Amino acid sequence: MEPLNIESTPKTPSIKFLEDEGTVEIKGRSIPENSIEFYKPLVDWLEEYASNPLKKTVVNIQLEYFNTSSSKCILDVFKKLEAIHKSKHDVVINWYYEEDDEDMLEAGEDYESIIRVPFKMIEVVE
Amino acid sequence: MSFNLKEYYSNLSKGDVILAYKGSITSEMINDILEGVEKKLEDADEDSKLRKKIYNILVESLQNLFHHIEITHEGILEELEPKFGVLVVIRENDSYKVITGNFINSRRIKFLKEKIDKINSLSKDELKDMYKFILNHQKLSAKGGGGLGLVDIARKSGNKLEYDFHNYNDDYYFFNLTISV
Repeated sequence: MEPLNIESTPKTPSIKFLEDEGTVEIKGRSIPENSIEFYKPLVDWLEEYASNPLKKTVVNIQLEYFNTSSSKCILDVFKKLEAIHKSKHDVVINWYYEEDDEDMLEAGEDYESIIRVPFKMIEVVE
Repeated sequence: MSFNLKEYYSNLSKGDVILAYKGSITSEMINDILEGVEKKLEDADEDSKLRKKIYNILVESLQNLFHHIEITHEGILEELEPKFGVLVVIRENDSYKVITGNFINSRRIKFLKEKIDKINSLSKDELKDMYKFILNHQKLSAKGGGGLGLVDIARKSGNKLEYDFHNYNDDYYFFNLTISV
């Protein structure tokens, strides 16, 4: 599988694929004005990954902030994961949110109600 | 009486002003404002939950301006930079107000007014449903806006969106949006 390693910026998260663990990590802030452009490499990568995925894929997503423009792209990412899950491969999405950040927990629950993939809501206590 | 930008801006900038900006809404300017307000809220030792809400609302408000404001202002007799907009953040007692202002072509008012009135008529759960529906059914526009900005702002704010359209001339109104957090 092609490596996937995108460094974070003040407006965009880091994105990494750890092949040994079968884990995709998305971490940081996602508030770019043009989110389609930013998420395209990840969506393309997942498209290719879906043709021959590992038995189990774990996605850890830990965002401090995300804008509504990113929210659509994140849904696209999750839809790719849903397709992998449908093809009888294990997929888990771990949605991290900071202690007391009810808005972020609720955002995760919004996705959970749309996407047919098991979600785990994980509170990060400082 | 026709709308007076100077008067409007100086009235807004009274009280406990965290930030007041008028000028071109560019990507770099958005970065600077976000960084500045974030630092001020941290310095003020504001509760992290409130800080996050304000930051989120600020991002959406600025990006709404960025994606939707008029690029040029033909027929407006003010010296305006392209993509002109106003942003003010004020502290009032224990809450904050995020206020945006921009000139808007008269033709676009009806759509915007109906959208805000619709959002204001919804309960918390109905807003959640509206958000999820738009998220799942509408494509991102070429501009990058997803039609979710105002819905998200209303959800995070928990209050009704206050707005006014001030008549400027035949072609333009000035749109003021006040978000309380």
